[in-house]
Amino acid sequence: MVTYSGVVDDDDRVFKALADPTRRHLLDRLFVEDGRTLSDLESDLDMTRFGVMKHLRVLEEAGLVVTRRSGREKLHFLNPVPIRLVHDRWIDKYTEHRVSALTDLKKELESSA
Amino acid sequence: MSPTKTETDLTTQVYRVLIKATPEQIWDAITKPEFTSRYFHGSRVETTAVKGGPMRYYAPDGTTLWGDNVVIEADPPRRLVATWTSLWDEETAREEPSRVSWEIDERSDGVCMLTVVHDELEHAPKTAAKVHGEGWTTVLSGLKTLLETGESLYPPAPA
Repeated sequence: MVTYSGVVDDDDRVFKALADPTRRHLLDRLFVEDGRTLSDLESDLDMTRFGVMKHLRVLEEAGLVVTRRSGREKLHFLNPVPIRLVHDRWIDKYTEHRVSALTDLKKELESSA
Repeated sequence: MSPTKTETDLTTQVYRVLIKATPEQIWDAITKPEFTSRYFHGSRVETTAVKGGPMRYYAPDGTTLWGDNVVIEADPPRRLVATWTSLWDEETAREEPSRVSWEIDERSDGVCMLTVVHDELEHAPKTAAKVHGEGWTTVLSGLKTLLETGESLYPPAPA
């Protein structure tokens, strides 16, 4: 894990986990219906149970999926917090800058008109 | 088209964040108003953090009640379970209380895993929809930022 100035940074794992269509599909399925079992999740995937488990493990290590026991079942939940942190760190920063640059440009052009 | 959520899917919500802090620091951040006012929508918590005791959330004005809850389970600094009410909105205020569990797991590297489970939302669909996604992620990313950097989304409360 890479850390900068004491801040825990798991961005690498999150980006790697998201860089795969099957894993994104699994997240989308959990978004529609959260708290699913492995059997549930593998039902519409053309993949072995082992393959789906491997993908879920990557998602879990990135913190994007959290598992909880409910009786004899292991349920998979979508955890949106890492995506929020990546958004705040990597998207907000650049889009805000662009917006303020355009606002500045607009001000400049309008004041010189 | 991206999938959309329906109210029925939100009865158990799980959120997890890694925080470079001690379990005691995280416990304080959950149970002391000088912390909650800096990441929990500006609200001030009032709790003894003891089983059966109150856990209330006040609006930044200090008098309006946003949440009037009871502690169900307390095992400092590892686990705190309390009821949840959303009194800030007329519609959600009429719904039945749900439940929020705060679980703090310390790892070997000075990092704690904080897991929030908001469940028993079967009879509080409007609350479920309101706290879902952006609601809890804002709170938890704010809590992480506050403990790791000392920065806050909200101005410091007047002394």
